[in-house]
Amino acid sequence: MLSPQIIDLLIKGLVDTLHMVVVSGAIGTLIGLPVGVALAVTGRGELLPNFAFNKVMGAVVNMTRSTPFIILVVAIIPFTRLIAGTSIGTTAAIVPLTVAAAPFIARVVENAVREVDRGLVEAAQAMGATPFQIIRKVLLPEALPGIVAGLTLSAVSLIGFSAMVGAVGGGGLGDLGIRYGYQRFLPDVMLAVVVVLIVLVQIVQSTGDWIARRVNKRNLKS
Amino acid sequence: MITLTNIHKTYPARGGGAQVRALADIDLSIGRGEIFGIIGRSGAGKSTLLRTINLLETPSSGSVQVDGVEMTALSAAELRRARHSIGMIFQHFNLLSSRTVFDNVALPLELAGTPKAEIRTIVEPLLDLVGLADKRDRYPAELSGGQKQRVGIARALASKPKVLLSDEATSALDPETTTQILHLLADINRRLGLTIVLITHEIAVIKEICHKVAVMEDGLVIEQGPVFDIFAHPKHPTTRSFVDPVINRGIPDSLRDRLSPQPGPGSNPVLRITFTGEKATTPVISAISRRLGLDLNIWHGQIDEIQGAPFGTLVVEALGDDATVGAAVDLVKENNLGVEVLGHALPANH
Ligand SMILES: Nc1ncnc2c1ncn2[C@@H]1O[C@H](COP(=O)(O)OP(=O)(O)OP(=O)(O)O)[C@@H](O)[C@H]1O
Ligand SMILES: [Mg+2]
Repeated sequence: MLSPQIIDLLIKGLVDTLHMVVVSGAIGTLIGLPVGVALAVTGRGELLPNFAFNKVMGAVVNMTRSTPFIILVVAIIPFTRLIAGTSIGTTAAIVPLTVAAAPFIARVVENAVREVDRGLVEAAQAMGATPFQIIRKVLLPEALPGIVAGLTLSAVSLIGFSAMVGAVGGGGLGDLGIRYGYQRFLPDVMLAVVVVLIVLVQIVQSTGDWIARRVNKRNLKS
Repeated sequence: MITLTNIHKTYPARGGGAQVRALADIDLSIGRGEIFGIIGRSGAGKSTLLRTINLLETPSSGSVQVDGVEMTALSAAELRRARHSIGMIFQHFNLLSSRTVFDNVALPLELAGTPKAEIRTIVEPLLDLVGLADKRDRYPAELSGGQKQRVGIARALASKPKVLLSDEATSALDPETTTQILHLLADINRRLGLTIVLITHEIAVIKEICHKVAVMEDGLVIEQGPVFDIFAHPKHPTTRSFVDPVINRGIPDSLRDRLSPQPGPGSNPVLRITFTGEKATTPVISAISRRLGLDLNIWHGQIDEIQGAPFGTLVVEALGDDATVGAAVDLVKENNLGVEVLGHALPANH
């Protein structure tokens, strides 16, 4: 059995992990959602084609997306210090997590918005809708099931990333697993961390799927 | 109501391909309250033409006037306002899957900033009009194709447009549902005095509800006029190929074999007499045999109805000499009926 002390550590680790995932996910969504929509509507032949913006924004997003996360964490340490005042601990870890989450979310949102049938945009244009109205009344509501699925995917990836920042002193379940499970060689702590992470991912995925199904009116089978 | 003058539309070349001439030299004039059909094969430019009317497609050159307003001269904001008075329905309905029937019909009103309470007073009668009051809170996924198109029609009417554009609105529907939707459109046209421009590749749609028709091919309008005239006297071969299957102007295959373009030994001329309008009942055949003593051997006869008016064709073999047949042709013409010599019938045992 795990000692009460370890259980306390597990709970603290879980809270830290949730803290990091929720905050970086929320800020990441705040940034990623509009960027994703902007990327989708500025593409060639789309609602507001803008080649230059699309290319530049796309390049910025790709840059962060193609950097391995662990490198990203180290590479942006000065930036992290600037924002969080420190480069270690849970709060500091939120900075690289957000930097990784925002472009990821931007891409999944972009994909979801692109999936929306062109015919709907055309119908709205024929009704005299402004581009902004089309985004708000057509693209976002129609892309919502895809966006929810994408955000779920992002949350799951963030849980994984948050475990990785443990390796560089970020706190949370990953940190616990490495310091106790690996460095002090306590296999049951390692196992407990893995189990908690699995359960956490399961809960996030199931909740996301449930919401996505609720907002999807495209194939109502029930 | 709608005047298109000298419209050209060319899509620029892309990826090494040649540029595409989608429309050329289009002149059309569509009167208020008319149901105007545009027919043509796939790729003829029908959708492109229809979309220039509400400027979803900007013509490369030419003028588009709707209700006296030059559409090509409008600013973006003015164009959006002008579009409120042009409804549009689509082959694949283009309903928002995330909105209920009611909310779909309400969308154009929301976009125009109509207050909620007023939206209800507009949408509910429209749902009654299209017969979907009981589906008000359903989602499009829960409707049949015909029901979806009714929602599309109600939505197009919500902003009280003067013009309704229909892009193959019945092409995804079965024949029976097609007829229902067409009758709904004809009913709306009569009741609301709405001008309807509809494109289709099905001649039956034109025959059923259109007053006028334009036939398109390769980006050109090759023939246009009142539906009755086009059906009765198609001039262009393409028009003929559209009209022939629904208006049986032809002759049975067994008799066609005996028909030759040149007179031969013992041959008799074969005439096609077309009856139109109320003249269909004129007893011209008996007049010919009584007055000229000319016997007519009837090969084939048919009466169709186009736009509520009877249209008949009679194919006859004239058993007489050239002079008598000539006199018979004149007599038919005097009665203001159409007549043409189809060929010469060789004796059956030839
Ligand atoms: N955006 C575009 N870019 C380039 N070419 C286009 C574009 N849209 C249409 N075309 C071309 O213009 C021509 C006319 O197309 P249009 O869609 O108007 O035909 P249509 O008569 O509506 O055909 P269908 O019955 O198949 O809908 C076609 O050759 C088509 O390939
Ligand atoms: Mg088309």
